[in-house]
Amino acid sequence: MPLLEIRNLTVEFTTAAGPFRAVDGVDATVDQGDVLAIVGESGSGKSVSMLAMMGLLPWTATITADRMSFDGRDLRNLGARERRKVIGRDMAMIFQEPMSSLNPCFTVGFQIKEALRQHLDLSRAERHTRALELLDLVGIPDPETRLKAFPHQLSGGMSQRVMIAMALSCNPRLLIADEPTTALDVTIQAQILDLLSDLQRDTGMALILITHDMGVVAETAQRVQVQYAGQKVEEQPVRSLFQSPHHPYTAALLSALPERATERRLPTIPGVVPGQFDRPQGCLFSPRCAFADDTCRKVDPPVQGEDMGFARCHYPIATPAKEATS
Amino acid sequence: MLRYFLSRLLTFVPTFLGVTLISFAFIRVLPGDPIIAMAGERGVTPERYAELQEQFGFDRPLIVQFWDYFTGVLQGDLGQSFVTRKPVWDEFFTLFPATLELSTCAIILAVVLGLPAGVIAATHRGKLFDRLLMSSALVGYSMPIFWWALLLIIVFSGNLGWTPVSGRIDLLYYFPNVTGFMLIDSLLSGQSGAFGSAVKHLILPSIVLATIPLAVIARQTRSAMLEVLSEDYIRTARAKGLAPARVNGLHALRNAMIPVVTVIGLMVGTLLAGAILTETIFSWPGIGKWMVDSIFRRDYPVVQGGLLLVAVMVMVVNLIVDLLYGLINPKIRKR
Ligand SMILES: Nc1ncnc2c1ncn2[C@@H]1O[C@H](COP(=O)(O)OP(=O)(O)OP(=O)(O)O)[C@@H](O)[C@H]1O
Ligand SMILES: [Mg+2]
Repeated sequence: MPLLEIRNLTVEFTTAAGPFRAVDGVDATVDQGDVLAIVGESGSGKSVSMLAMMGLLPWTATITADRMSFDGRDLRNLGARERRKVIGRDMAMIFQEPMSSLNPCFTVGFQIKEALRQHLDLSRAERHTRALELLDLVGIPDPETRLKAFPHQLSGGMSQRVMIAMALSCNPRLLIADEPTTALDVTIQAQILDLLSDLQRDTGMALILITHDMGVVAETAQRVQVQYAGQKVEEQPVRSLFQSPHHPYTAALLSALPERATERRLPTIPGVVPGQFDRPQGCLFSPRCAFADDTCRKVDPPVQGEDMGFARCHYPIATPAKEATS
Repeated sequence: MLRYFLSRLLTFVPTFLGVTLISFAFIRVLPGDPIIAMAGERGVTPERYAELQEQFGFDRPLIVQFWDYFTGVLQGDLGQSFVTRKPVWDEFFTLFPATLELSTCAIILAVVLGLPAGVIAATHRGKLFDRLLMSSALVGYSMPIFWWALLLIIVFSGNLGWTPVSGRIDLLYYFPNVTGFMLIDSLLSGQSGAFGSAVKHLILPSIVLATIPLAVIARQTRSAMLEVLSEDYIRTARAKGLAPARVNGLHALRNAMIPVVTVIGLMVGTLLAGAILTETIFSWPGIGKWMVDSIFRRDYPVVQGGLLLVAVMVMVVNLIVDLLYGLINPKIRKR
């Protein structure tokens, strides 16, 4: 049984201008110890789908799914109180902006120990020891002093390490990292990613890594899931995705990639992700797709089989990318 | 922190000079003449008038009068009341506890009700409670104080007979003035019913005086909370699995308090201004009523000395608020 299983997750926001479907039938499966990367341009619903799972969306969001289970537990009808016992303990999340993700009014120590106190039955002294241990684990020097520091005294990289320490405090089975390095300097980015990889390997937890950076995907993940305009358009193991992308969107992302990606952002493809008001008929990618024909513009594409990387496309690319683009 | 404190203290000097000048000028720009006011209906002869003018020093140029006043102030001498011939200083401190008691009750009432109301309104944004609270805050803020006071008096004192109309305690109780605070003194006296009577006398004036600060604090708390609730660290707190009460009441409120404390500090000035009106309506024997009476009597030393003391008080409170602000905002504390 997979650790996390999501089938047909849909999130709709009620906005002043009417309903807006930010996530549209997304599937995801994560096994114990898996590393899954989710990539896609801004606005493709990556964060929203993960927040939906954590139960962190505002009340304007309507969440539906055929299946949404974590560790054998159905997340869909889990009461708020029950869910709070899961999140922060077995399922933790870190965010894009480490500097603003820590509460400026409380010390690092307070914020880490608070997570421990919420979920574990530890004495005060044990919590202190565990907090020191955690800071040490995420590579923060001089933990005793750092525990007393306020967030504004930390750099971005330091803050993200503290966030990671906090997320790991109760030994989660799944860590969701939502663009954990986007806001950081390039050199720090690599350090944080290495740290996450190491921690994942050492603890055996599962990791969902949301990112814009194909280079990060190649180095860190085992499987990749590509999302576009709220839909999952392709899913493959990393190696085969880079070798033979089946969805034209994935292919476009990869072909636009410069030699060995060190770019921070995804390469640009002409056009933009459709938003609330310019959702096309048929395939959502059709307006930007080089291969689109009338069928694509009228009929919703089917989801292909595993051999085609579950591509949501009428005409998935069968040949390896190198030949298709050359 | 010490440097922060000293720098705040330094800004006192120009403010203090300004306040001294303004308090001196204020009563003198009002039309009217203290000697005529003192003489009342009887009037005075021109000879007697000139004599009194000389006695009070009104015949000298204003600048000399100001200099006298100012050097007096620096030595802690605020002069004597024209009317009672008692030092302004003594009168002030006899009456001040009454005002302090009333203002303290009012501000406690405003904070104790306003903070939670603002928090609940923010966390239930757009719901019935939020709308009710925001409309009542608007009404409370814009309502004329004396009208509101009279309305309360008519209903609770007149129709229902629950509360007394004026004063600090029933005349049948008499006990020594130990702290000047009626609530404490009545308890110390051990007379049964005295404390209850003191509380009853305090209720209406406190409500009236608390109304505007309550409205302001509730609104300010709500808007500060709304801003804070959309911050990333609130999402982090929720992602830890913390209960909403802890997320809102600790993580959010602690940050929202930073602007709210500033507003509470500013309210102290408003409160003293409000106390003047409230005390007059409820015949509350505090400095508000004392100053209003003195203005009518053109009792120059009382008005200028009283104004100065009130202003210094507001300055001190603001200093305390600044320090408090430093305490709850770690970014300032560590500087
Ligand atoms: N609370 C909300 N109310 C309405 N719309 C929202 C809300 N939160 C997100 N959205 C919309 O949902 C869509 C998907 O947002 P999401 O944050 O999941 O994108 P993303 O893939 O994470 O992008 P990025 O890479 O920029 O983080 C966006 O168009 C966004 O505007
Ligand atoms: Mg995002």
